[in-house]
Amino acid sequence: MSRRTFTRRRFIATTAAASAAAIGFPYIRTSHAAGSLSVGFWDHWVPGANDVLTKICQDWAKKEKVELKIDYITSQGNKIVLTATAEAQARAGHDFLTFQAWDPLDKQDLLEPMDDIVGHLTKVNGAMDPAAQYLTKGKGGHFVGVPAVTGTQVKPPCARLDLFKKVGVDILEMYPTLKAPTKASENWNWETLLSAAEKLQKEGHPVGLGLGQTTDSVDWVGSMFASFGAEMVNAKGDITIKHSDGVKQGLEYMQKLVKVMPRDVFAWDDASNNKYIISGQGSMIMNPPSAYAVAKRDNPKVAEHLYTFEMPKGPQGRFAPYLPFIWGVWKFSKNKSAAKSLLQTIWQKENVEKLVNGSIGYDIPSFASQRSFKVWEQVEPPKGAVFHYPPKGDQKIWMACSPAPVAIANQMYVQGFMTKLIAQCTQGGMSIAQAIDWGAKELEGYQRS
Amino acid sequence: MAAVLPRSRATAAARGGGLRRVMRRKSTLAFLMALPLIVLIGALVVYPALYSVHLATLNKSMERFVGFGNFTFLFKRDLFWMVVKQSVIFAVTAVVFKALIGFCVAHFVHNVPAKGQRKWRGMLLIPWVIPPAMSTLAWFWLFDPSYSAFNWLFAHVGLPSITWLGDPYWARFSVILVNVWYGAPFFLIMYLAALKSVPEQLYEAAAIDGANWWQKIWYVTLPMMRNIISITVLFSLIVTFANFDIVRILTSGGPIDQTHIFATWAFKLGIEGNDIPLGASVSLFMFPILAIAAIFILRDINRRGNEA
Repeated sequence: MSRRTFTRRRFIATTAAASAAAIGFPYIRTSHAAGSLSVGFWDHWVPGANDVLTKICQDWAKKEKVELKIDYITSQGNKIVLTATAEAQARAGHDFLTFQAWDPLDKQDLLEPMDDIVGHLTKVNGAMDPAAQYLTKGKGGHFVGVPAVTGTQVKPPCARLDLFKKVGVDILEMYPTLKAPTKASENWNWETLLSAAEKLQKEGHPVGLGLGQTTDSVDWVGSMFASFGAEMVNAKGDITIKHSDGVKQGLEYMQKLVKVMPRDVFAWDDASNNKYIISGQGSMIMNPPSAYAVAKRDNPKVAEHLYTFEMPKGPQGRFAPYLPFIWGVWKFSKNKSAAKSLLQTIWQKENVEKLVNGSIGYDIPSFASQRSFKVWEQVEPPKGAVFHYPPKGDQKIWMACSPAPVAIANQMYVQGFMTKLIAQCTQGGMSIAQAIDWGAKELEGYQRS
Repeated sequence: MAAVLPRSRATAAARGGGLRRVMRRKSTLAFLMALPLIVLIGALVVYPALYSVHLATLNKSMERFVGFGNFTFLFKRDLFWMVVKQSVIFAVTAVVFKALIGFCVAHFVHNVPAKGQRKWRGMLLIPWVIPPAMSTLAWFWLFDPSYSAFNWLFAHVGLPSITWLGDPYWARFSVILVNVWYGAPFFLIMYLAALKSVPEQLYEAAAIDGANWWQKIWYVTLPMMRNIISITVLFSLIVTFANFDIVRILTSGGPIDQTHIFATWAFKLGIEGNDIPLGASVSLFMFPILAIAAIFILRDINRRGNEA
């Protein structure tokens, strides 16, 4: 039996060979000649939606000879926010990342300008929604991000056709199946909603609009205030809450609406409203069609009565609560050209349609010209369930807390300022005037730079 | 022998001998064995702590040194003082109840016959063993705004439902309740260990002197457990002040910010609100308070140790 020993000479020779191979390896030309790209996308709620995005990206990577690595990052527990914050601190991480709405402008000094991409997209698709521009246009008018296709959403009413009809509000008469809104939709305003909500509460199926501090609550409240013409901080950053009649009107309205909603709406998070409508107890929430999609699976009898349609109108118009994710490329990225090329590829109309189809109509493109895909006609039951989900016509897309400068608006948004303002004068024991004084003081703190 | 060696070799031998002597010392060995832990603590505790002090001295965009500017800003905010008040209420109430419950249950378990004691100990430790993020989620479902299991039970016995997490006072009660549920077993196990170390002869002597059960607790048990009570209270106070998960999962600080404590508000400002320096300042505010409490409690323990 021979016994092979590992001599010192042999050890040195092996180590030298291994080191040479390791050092030389990166210079060996591979099929990934255009380098590598690391991407962080938002992890979609809708099952299968990520696969469509992965396919588009991998097809691009194959064509461009780029070694592509995709991470899907959940927004649960703020993981997507934490990732962006950590990468900004470390100046390292993904090349191309999905940001929550307020992040790109906050981190604009670290983000690559996107004027070329936005310019191209605008040329092809027409103007980008003003709300999207508000969140992506930074210092000197330069764009630092592009709204994401995946995950960008609006949160209009999702209501029970049967229950509303029972209390005399025929939603289909205003928003007919697969047809444009009729003249009757002019009457779909906040007063109509209040009167229906009073009757629905007596029927045992109250309207449930969240007033907590999470996005679903803040977004619809922002649109409600906007439709009353409320302005709390103007675009220059001046606090205008004390001089805005719209704020008072909005609060007076909410004092009445809160009385006919479930008592616990102040504790609702983004899952509470979904559970409320899916259970069959609620008659209306404000949400993208994710609640409807889950109802189809978990409570089909409820789902077949759920219909998504436009926001109620206020004295200043109709405002759809908008919440985008935004795609951006770090300045410290080592492959900016590849990142921009991928971004442009994803935004090609045929790819946008594939992604919207993959999300079963959940995703809302930030260009009006891309909001008439077939998928919104096809989702059922009931027929045309989400046909009126993408904002059209006179409905403005609205980012809650705008037009305040983003640094202030971000604080207002994450601290649930507007829902707390309502809570102060409905359950906090303050009068409207006292709540507004409290609000003005709070806003002073948000002006910190 | 050393005298005949060349000078350089003698010095080297002396140096080698010195090193061997140092290495043979128990303290050196102890230090070397603890070194990996010291490095770990340095990297994961000391460095982040110093870094957060550095962050707390920067402006919002983290480009300018502002000294104590963030703290003076905080001191002018009503919400900050509300968070201070709530953190104190949360920590003190929770620690008092944890200590009381732990003390009572420890007595109960101590008096259970040895055969069944292990089962009780195991069962009572369950809340402390389950990761709090998971158990708090279960509590969230019990308090759920729409489908609270407690309210379902109340409805069955004709009681009105409670908005556990929607009403500011009930929300405060709920977060304290869950913290007590989670933390009481820690006190229980510490107090049980302390009870077992109290010599039985002391109770026998007290019984001979005619002491009743209360006098035995007051004059024998409590003095014998004083040090362990102080240490557990101090430890729990620090951990409860720094609590994050329970409040974050149950209320996220709402309604109307009335359940925010330092850690949840620091997260809200620093991470969600993109104001890392202000978040760091909020989280550092509790450091001096806890440091002072620790100094007093530990000094008291030391003094008693010396007296003994």
